[in-house]
Amino acid sequence: MSEEISAEIAVKCSGITKVFGSVVANDGIDLEVKYGEILALLGENGSGKTTLMNMLSGIYHPDKGNIYIAGKPEAINSPMDSIALGIGMIHQHFKLVEVFSAADNIVAGTKGKLRSKSVVRDEIKKISEQLGLEVDPDKKVYNMSVSEKQTVEILKVLYRGAKILILDEPTAVLTPQETEKLFNILRKMKAQGCAIIIITHKLGEVMDISDRVTILRKGKSVETVNTAETSEKQLTELMVGKAVELSIERPEPVNVKPILNVVDLTVKNTEGSIALDDVSFVINRGEILGVAGIAGSGQKELCETIAGLQKIEKGAVLYNKENIIGKTPKEIINLGISMSFIPEDRLGMGLIASVGMTDNMLLKTYKQGKLCFVDRKPARALSKELIEQLEIKTPSTELPVRMLSGGNVQKVLLGREIHSEPDLLITAYPVRGLDINSSYLIYSLLNEQKKKNTAVLFIGEDLDVLLELCDRIMVLCHGKITGICDAKKVTKEQVGMMMTGSTMEEVLGIG
Amino acid sequence: MADTIKKEPLIRIAKRAERSNKQKLILRLLSVLLAICAGGIFILILGKNPFSYYAKMVKGAFIGKNAASPFMPFKETIKIMIPLLISSLGITLAFKMKFWNIGAEGQIIMGGIFASYFALYHYDMPHYLLFVVMFVAAMIGGGLYGIIPAFFKAKFDTNETLLTLMLNYIALYVIDWLTKGAWQDPESKGYPKIARFDLNAWLDSMGGVQIGWVIGLVLVVLVFIYLKYTKQGYEITVVSDSHATARYAGMSPSKIMIRTMFLSGAICGIAGMVQACGTEHTLSTSVAGGVGFTAIIVAWLANLNPFGILVVSFLFAVLEKGSTVVSSEFVLSPYCSDVLQGIILFFVLGCEFFIRYRFVTRGGRKND
Amino acid sequence: MTRLISFLAHAVYMGTPLLFGTVGEIQNEKAGHLNLGVEGTMAMGACAGFMIAYKTGSLWLSILAAFLMGALVSLIYAFLTITMMANQNVTGLTLTIFGTGLSNFIGEQMISASPTGNLKLPEGVMNSLKDIEIPLLSKIPVLGEVLFSQNIFTYLSIIIAVIMFIYLKKTKTGLNLRTIGENPAVADAVGINVVKYKYINVLIGGGICGIGGAFCSMVINGGVWMANSVNGLGWIAVALVIFAVWNPARAIYGAYIFGAFMVLKYYFPKDLGFTVPESFFDMLPYLVTALVLIITSVRKSRERSQPQSCGINYFREER
Repeated sequence: MSEEISAEIAVKCSGITKVFGSVVANDGIDLEVKYGEILALLGENGSGKTTLMNMLSGIYHPDKGNIYIAGKPEAINSPMDSIALGIGMIHQHFKLVEVFSAADNIVAGTKGKLRSKSVVRDEIKKISEQLGLEVDPDKKVYNMSVSEKQTVEILKVLYRGAKILILDEPTAVLTPQETEKLFNILRKMKAQGCAIIIITHKLGEVMDISDRVTILRKGKSVETVNTAETSEKQLTELMVGKAVELSIERPEPVNVKPILNVVDLTVKNTEGSIALDDVSFVINRGEILGVAGIAGSGQKELCETIAGLQKIEKGAVLYNKENIIGKTPKEIINLGISMSFIPEDRLGMGLIASVGMTDNMLLKTYKQGKLCFVDRKPARALSKELIEQLEIKTPSTELPVRMLSGGNVQKVLLGREIHSEPDLLITAYPVRGLDINSSYLIYSLLNEQKKKNTAVLFIGEDLDVLLELCDRIMVLCHGKITGICDAKKVTKEQVGMMMTGSTMEEVLGIG
Repeated sequence: MADTIKKEPLIRIAKRAERSNKQKLILRLLSVLLAICAGGIFILILGKNPFSYYAKMVKGAFIGKNAASPFMPFKETIKIMIPLLISSLGITLAFKMKFWNIGAEGQIIMGGIFASYFALYHYDMPHYLLFVVMFVAAMIGGGLYGIIPAFFKAKFDTNETLLTLMLNYIALYVIDWLTKGAWQDPESKGYPKIARFDLNAWLDSMGGVQIGWVIGLVLVVLVFIYLKYTKQGYEITVVSDSHATARYAGMSPSKIMIRTMFLSGAICGIAGMVQACGTEHTLSTSVAGGVGFTAIIVAWLANLNPFGILVVSFLFAVLEKGSTVVSSEFVLSPYCSDVLQGIILFFVLGCEFFIRYRFVTRGGRKND
Repeated sequence: MTRLISFLAHAVYMGTPLLFGTVGEIQNEKAGHLNLGVEGTMAMGACAGFMIAYKTGSLWLSILAAFLMGALVSLIYAFLTITMMANQNVTGLTLTIFGTGLSNFIGEQMISASPTGNLKLPEGVMNSLKDIEIPLLSKIPVLGEVLFSQNIFTYLSIIIAVIMFIYLKKTKTGLNLRTIGENPAVADAVGINVVKYKYINVLIGGGICGIGGAFCSMVINGGVWMANSVNGLGWIAVALVIFAVWNPARAIYGAYIFGAFMVLKYYFPKDLGFTVPESFFDMLPYLVTALVLIITSVRKSRERSQPQSCGINYFREER
């Protein structure tokens, strides 16, 4: 029965199955990648990509199935085994110690004695020069930009002599330009004979970088195709399992009129550096204003300031010439507007993770009623209503919301906020971590709000979505606005350039 | 292809689906049972018979040899329970907020000191007025002492565990100073102690035991309702989950933290007053006597449920009273009960594991 | 002048048990475990050290016993928090209650078994506990008398602190340990055996605390067994870790500063025209610790702060 596997094949997974509790995360997955090849692993959130890769890196144990490395069957029981086999994983959330220098991060966990700083520095330099990487070995990680951190991660893996690289959504936090730089590095590594697996759900990148694509759907490997012989449309269909209409609806804005006027706003972040730098713009009723920018360009502070959760340095947020900064939500409502905020950190900020839906519905209304007791009846009714309306999958209104899946968590949060019928809806990365169907549900909910003449502020990360969904796009770079443009009239590349600091005038060539 | 993976470890840990409340309760009871067995082994090592040891211990906590008042030991058990119960309830408020208040000891002492001031120098008030004054004073004393760590935690994120701990010792030496200085009994001929309170400042008894047990029972109900049904209780839940969520909802985590710690300290302060005026009838450095630490264990064992605390603190009192009785009979040091308490808690702490995780062995997968 | 020197020497003497406890706790925290059981661990070390010295008359055996006992009770803590993932705060507190109780318990049992009704260390041990003057070094003015005319425990504590400093700062193993303390997931991903490291370091840290306990029971109490000999020193050690900003070298002088606070009452001038109550001096170390806690929290520093993962247990498959 045992088949001969060529040593050219860097990784071969056959029939990998992994079960968590009652959830089958991986169901008989097959996958193969050769040395000198880039394989894209494509699948929706929850399709089992990360689980599979975590088994290659020794974090999980497969319940069934075999893994062959360089042609030999291997059991990978721990990250140690994985590293010994020459596998290096670059995680989506960087695995770096913030208070260490780059060099310490690279060296930690390697075999042998601790060598002097200068020796380590030379070694790092040698590796970086081969691939054109730039990093200062003595720089502390907490002082680094996202792309610098990623460079350190790559060096960490190469320093250990890895020949098989796994990158989990490496471009999620990069600008288009940084992504291109990363891809060049990957191509060089491929030329040097490395096997590379890149996990992503961005189709454009799959087409750009990979040689072959393996598509996962609901824990199964449905197909492997040669990139040259496929199209984005075919990949999407394989990924979702049915033909999908990929365009997002954009109803024509009606009755557009300003709701908030942000004037000369300057805000510092928790570390005390400037997060928003003299920002001025207008939010209108009846339209969706998209915000594009590299992660950490001031989006979080922008949302939290408008929602009244941030102290400001200077400037104002005006509603009918009245500054709402420093006012409590109740005072703002008395002025005539109500705001809802869907924060990026849903469980850590928008919801109470450890309690059920009922108590979560109460979050902003618990003070109602004269007595000192909480009235849970209306909240329970609302929970039931939302479960039905938004098809939230939960066994009971009292199950802690942290036990729900990402999509359902977002539905609970969005459901509660929309129920309060806001005049302004602020959403930060509302589809992050959601599968395609849930994402489209969220988009249509936002459009519904827009049709009700609500003002929507949409912080996004996927430029394609921003361009299709929003009416106007505001681009942030290092806390400054580099341009506010009509979404119908700009291209992805133009927005990308503004994200890295070019002004709209330079990009569009208008005065 | 039937060759399974060879090198898989013998035992590994996996997460499990949440257990039901009933299963949790059974697991905890099981762990206590195991702990008692382990304690039995400890007793066996000492060369005593664990069965007769436990039997004598339980009996010793309820019935005495004195035929005239056979239930004297039971009353003493209740007396031991009172401060333990009350301070556990106090700690529960803080722990519910994930505020690690290890400072019950100090808060008990401060409550005792504040109440004692009136017992020593204003005892000529009408009896019930004096009671109310002492009660309120104790709450203020303990509460203010509880606010200190909460304030610094809110303002500078000062580690509350260590700060409350240091405050315990500081409070202890405040009593030490009072005993040797300002409040020293003028008739003690230089011996450092505080005078016995006037009878008017003694707490009444009910059913042969000082009234503290009634206060404790009332507090059980009040704390339960407060945490479960009031708006402030809801705020504690939110703050304990995430300060960001609390701010998002328009709450002030600092304010809630300080308010809750005031209440937590105030309840512990009541324990100090009840102990000083109801049991010891004077103030000494032993007014808290480690109760503040045991209370942490009681609160944790009871899973921060006020009714659970009632049961556990009673059982701890039985353990303590029984241990004193049995240790004199078996010629064992009374420190034995500390050791038994430790063993029990180790087991219960260990059992929490099985609520959230399970072991998976190489051969039998998914065996529960 | 002689009064000042003897004050400083006394401070070093009282700082010695603190130094053991602090260095042991630093090692624990560097492994990501805030161990509040130092007091109990020291109490058990105090008991084991004293009893072995009492029975065998050998100082070295008793130090070894204190170390092993410290490591043994830390094994309970390690098993519960590392393998069973129990709450570190509560487990540590329980260890303190258990350790102190068991130490006192064994002491009382031994007393009731002894014919004299008290426990005294044999002459031989007492002699080897006398101050040792280090040749040459002890002749340095002031410093020689303060630092180099101490008993064997003091020298041992300084050596251990220095070794710990080198271990943490200059070795690969130390770097790996610090990685675990900061972020065990990172350590795990680069192939460091997190569980093994945690066990080893928590146990050795506990052993070091145990030796500090032996100093309390054998030296401070003048060779006679007394209950509660550690008497809160373990708690001060936990707080000293913060004062020392997790640096064993800084722990050395931190311990001596706190030692000075503990003995200040014996040296405070009496002719100032006012008296300070004795209770105040007893309170001083705790008061200073509380102030240090507050001050360090006011001046937040990113690198000189508690290892990030402290207090949080690590489970690989979390998330």
